[in-house]
Amino acid sequence: MGLALFLHEGRLTYTHNYVSEFLTKLAGKDIRLATSRASRDERVQQLGFWNRLLSRPEFGALAGALLVFVMFSVFAWDADSGVSGFLRLRAISTWLKFSAEIGIIAIGATLLMIGGEFDLSVGSIIGFASLIVLTPIVVYGWAPWLAILLTLALAVAMGWLNGTLVNSTGLPSFIVTLAFLYIYRGITLVTTRAFTGGATRVDIQALVGEPNVHGINVPNVDAARALIRGDWLAQVFYPQSSILVDGVTWQPAGQIFSTPRLMLWLSQLGIIPNNERRILDAATGVRTAVSLPVVDGIPIAVGWWIALAILAIIILQRSQLGNWIYGTGGHTESARNMGVPTNRVKIILFMGTAVCATVLSIIQVFETGSSEVLRGQLKEFEAIIVAVIGGTLLTGGYGTIRGAFWGALIYGMISRGVEIVRWMPNDWFRIFLGVGLLAAVIFNTYIRKRATEAKG
Amino acid sequence: MSTPLVELKDIVKTFGSVIALNGVSTSVDQGQVLCLLGDNGAGKSTLIKTLSGVHTPTSGQIHIEGQAVTFRSPRDAQRYGIATVHQHLSIQPLMSVTRNFFMGREPVGNKIFGALGLIRHKHADQTARDEMLKMGIDIRDPNQVVGTMSGGERQVLAIARAIYFGARVLILDEPTAALGVKQAGVVLKYIAQVRAKGLAVVFITHNVHHAYPVADKFTILKRGQSYGTFMKSDVSREDVLAMMAGKEELEALEAELEEFSRADQARAAGKDSSLEATAAAEHAIAEGLHQEVSSLKGKSP
Repeated sequence: MGLALFLHEGRLTYTHNYVSEFLTKLAGKDIRLATSRASRDERVQQLGFWNRLLSRPEFGALAGALLVFVMFSVFAWDADSGVSGFLRLRAISTWLKFSAEIGIIAIGATLLMIGGEFDLSVGSIIGFASLIVLTPIVVYGWAPWLAILLTLALAVAMGWLNGTLVNSTGLPSFIVTLAFLYIYRGITLVTTRAFTGGATRVDIQALVGEPNVHGINVPNVDAARALIRGDWLAQVFYPQSSILVDGVTWQPAGQIFSTPRLMLWLSQLGIIPNNERRILDAATGVRTAVSLPVVDGIPIAVGWWIALAILAIIILQRSQLGNWIYGTGGHTESARNMGVPTNRVKIILFMGTAVCATVLSIIQVFETGSSEVLRGQLKEFEAIIVAVIGGTLLTGGYGTIRGAFWGALIYGMISRGVEIVRWMPNDWFRIFLGVGLLAAVIFNTYIRKRATEAKG
Repeated sequence: MSTPLVELKDIVKTFGSVIALNGVSTSVDQGQVLCLLGDNGAGKSTLIKTLSGVHTPTSGQIHIEGQAVTFRSPRDAQRYGIATVHQHLSIQPLMSVTRNFFMGREPVGNKIFGALGLIRHKHADQTARDEMLKMGIDIRDPNQVVGTMSGGERQVLAIARAIYFGARVLILDEPTAALGVKQAGVVLKYIAQVRAKGLAVVFITHNVHHAYPVADKFTILKRGQSYGTFMKSDVSREDVLAMMAGKEELEALEAELEEFSRADQARAAGKDSSLEATAAAEHAIAEGLHQEVSSLKGKSP
């Protein structure tokens, strides 16, 4: 009996050590340190290990993203084809694009939240910017690059206004930007109605949507693409390529540069599947069937998402401004006492959220060929949800871009996943999101308590 | 007599109709600990904020090495080597030791990009670790969150940071107020260490027992005025305590306490008449309060 107990205990201890060592490796920090501590005090080792794993703000979001990925891959399993519908290239491309679109604005929102403020005007800025970029092109015939630069400049101005008002009034940014949520949406509505004579939508078709020489009414999406073809700056937001496939000009749009060629090459090698598509030749107006890859390429939004995330990570983790952002959000007065220009930091952050929203808006304008009054509604809250799921504290001073990246992926996977899984009603999406948000906030609060608990 | 490192001359600070400071003068020299003592509302905080550049005095002068200076912001004061360690406000618990250490003064490799310049993290980590080691605290991981450190260690971090960035005068605003006995002892030890390094220290507290062991000099503030400045050699701990609390007030307090103990005795004696004892205690409290009120009335016209 005694021996059995001993053996049992011995085995337990062994298992425990093995698992914790493995997890410490996962946590990725100085294993030797943990073991040297263990020789001194076993409790310290355990605390150190858990703290290390849990004190990474993005840990929860990464685990969540993996969970959601596995969950939908299993749920969407298609017995007939033996492949999960969630893992088909088309599906992946769709949920990646969705993740990227929310991810772009979540980057700005996360930086701002770490800096201790909110921006609820993000969604309205998306709608407003779509109008500002499209109207000069459609109504006044501006070059697209000029309209884009104007819109970005306006975004910087809107961010400046938000930041300056928050700084000078001392009001919570929640209230100030809530006011602008209504103001910008209102301006968008009034202006759109003025330009269109009562409609709530500006179409590129209004200018170039006339029937072409062959009497075919060109859909406005194609018209939009025709309008920005050859414009250097518009190509950064919505690249277009012309590839000759079997004697027909294939014109994929909205993909990262040269990824359509990559897809074509991969499909010709048989690595990714093909499908038969009827391509419209703009010159002749004739549709011809061509075998093309199932996905045109990697959506441009994904490129912007990753590029902006890398930039934001470098700024936040490595630069002086990054330290100032954490300091400003953690305790504004303390940071100011240490010589951090906290007001300037906040203004820069508000400019960042507005610019991120505008980048998304410009991409969407060229994608849809229209500007809509209600575009971007609720995006401000979704961006905050993504940031919080990513481990950013609502109170500021704590969080990472990496977390927001995984948070956006969770958002995109759930929002598209419920559509892909046929037996799961679409309406579940909001429930998932709400529950996810609640779980994330509870988890974050717990983490912060751990982090701020003094040892001595 | 040599000119002191920092000298405050007749500092007056008013906020509207409120006179927070009414002509306070004191000075501190290198390798000296000046204790600023006073009860809540005596004007300690206002005086310190004036010296650290948060407030500009309504009248009066600040002299550094004999030269009159004007501080418009905490940064101005820092430029003259005056560093302030605030009670709660100087350390951010959710940030790492290194990030806290270099807050606002990050070592940037390339200055071309302004605030977008990258921090030299290795150098920063090494420096933070070394400077803490000099103060006798071995932080194994400079990237650990400050929230995991004890209250005393956090104060030491703020002190080490001030020293590293060339402070000549260290202002410690109630560094021991929120700490336990042991932790307060740790901080006092470091104050002595800082003095040994040749810095001038201004130590604000209302705890005479913390002040007396490390101080060289006391300035006692009362209701916005200086009650006097004394060298440690001239006064005993009890003298300081008496001056700080005020003699009349202490006597009133003693009388009040006596009433309480009498009520206690009455309760102990009269087991059968517990109601009476309660009444006596209530009476004693009322009397004590009455005495306090009358003493206050007598003081303020």
